Amino acid sequence: MSFLLGKWSAIAKESINRAAIVAKFLCLLHVTNTYIFSPTLVYGPSMLPTLNLTGDVVLSEYISHRLGKVGPGDVVLIQSPENPRKMITKRIVAMEGEAVSFLVNPSRSDRSRTVVVPKGHVWIQGDNIYASNDSRNFGPIPYGLIQGRVCCRVWPIDGFGSL
Amino acid sequence: MGLQNTIFNAFNKSIVFGLVGITVTDRYAGVCPIRGSSMSPTFNPSSSSSSSFTDDYVFLEKFCLDKYKFSHGDVVIFSDPTNYKGRCVKRIVAMEGDYVSNVNGATKVPEGHCWVEGDNSGFSSDSRTYGPIPLGLIEGRVTHVIWPPERIKKVDRRIPPQERLAF
Repeated sequence: MSFLLGKWSAIAKESINRAAIVAKFLCLLHVTNTYIFSPTLVYGPSMLPTLNLTGDVVLSEYISHRLGKVGPGDVVLIQSPENPRKMITKRIVAMEGEAVSFLVNPSRSDRSRTVVVPKGHVWIQGDNIYASNDSRNFGPIPYGLIQGRVCCRVWPIDGFGSL
Repeated sequence: MGLQNTIFNAFNKSIVFGLVGITVTDRYAGVCPIRGSSMSPTFNPSSSSSSSFTDDYVFLEKFCLDKYKFSHGDVVIFSDPTNYKGRCVKRIVAMEGDYVSNVNGATKVPEGHCWVEGDNSGFSSDSRTYGPIPLGLIEGRVTHVIWPPERIKKVDRRIPPQERLAF
């Protein structure tokens, strides 16, 4: 009887150890994916000359936006202000306090508008101004929605390099 | 040799503890101090002094961030839209699609946004100054006050008075 009990407790101990290793690994994965870098699949027409329509794998890093080091020209991952479950990829055009002028409806007219980006906000735009839902529709977005900076393309392999 | 081993083990343990701690506070639950009197009857009811001893500490749950499902009256913590380093705690007054009446008539809360206001409306900078905030800024929902001990209680979901909402 005691032999059986000992066997079962050994098995239980072993399985708890295994589960702890898996849990630690998942925690490590979470920390690297939220604080250091992770691969991201991006697709859609809005960044067309830079990123492909059918889907690119890019490497994004999560350090510089926490230090406030992202600036105009950086491609960033943003939590969409219209749907918080969705991530969008856009380019920062202007930071807080800067004036930005843009074409309201580039496919129909040349009418342009100039706005000043309010405090704590950034102005984001897609590279393909004809098919992009960006700050021209929903206005400047709070800096806190920026989730990471895209630093280089990983796949397709012939397009490897920084953006 | 024995000393080296102990130091190595302690180092290893602290790293594992840190990783697990960060993961849990990011994804599941956390504790956060509350500064200021903008939520005064609910948190910091007597905050005449601004010392950190009298701050309230609250318990945050983050399961709501999976689906971003919130309801009217939830107390949430979100990163300040005018300064990404700061964080605010306010009560959700209206969700997307609702109309809120304020100084310049009724405003419709746009898609994916919510309207937040402090309980102490005299001392609160909230959606009445910076407009509706995106749901993506929200970092967690406050469920309990856990410090000071004499005021440990559940933070209830209080529906705002109906005249503020214009339907």
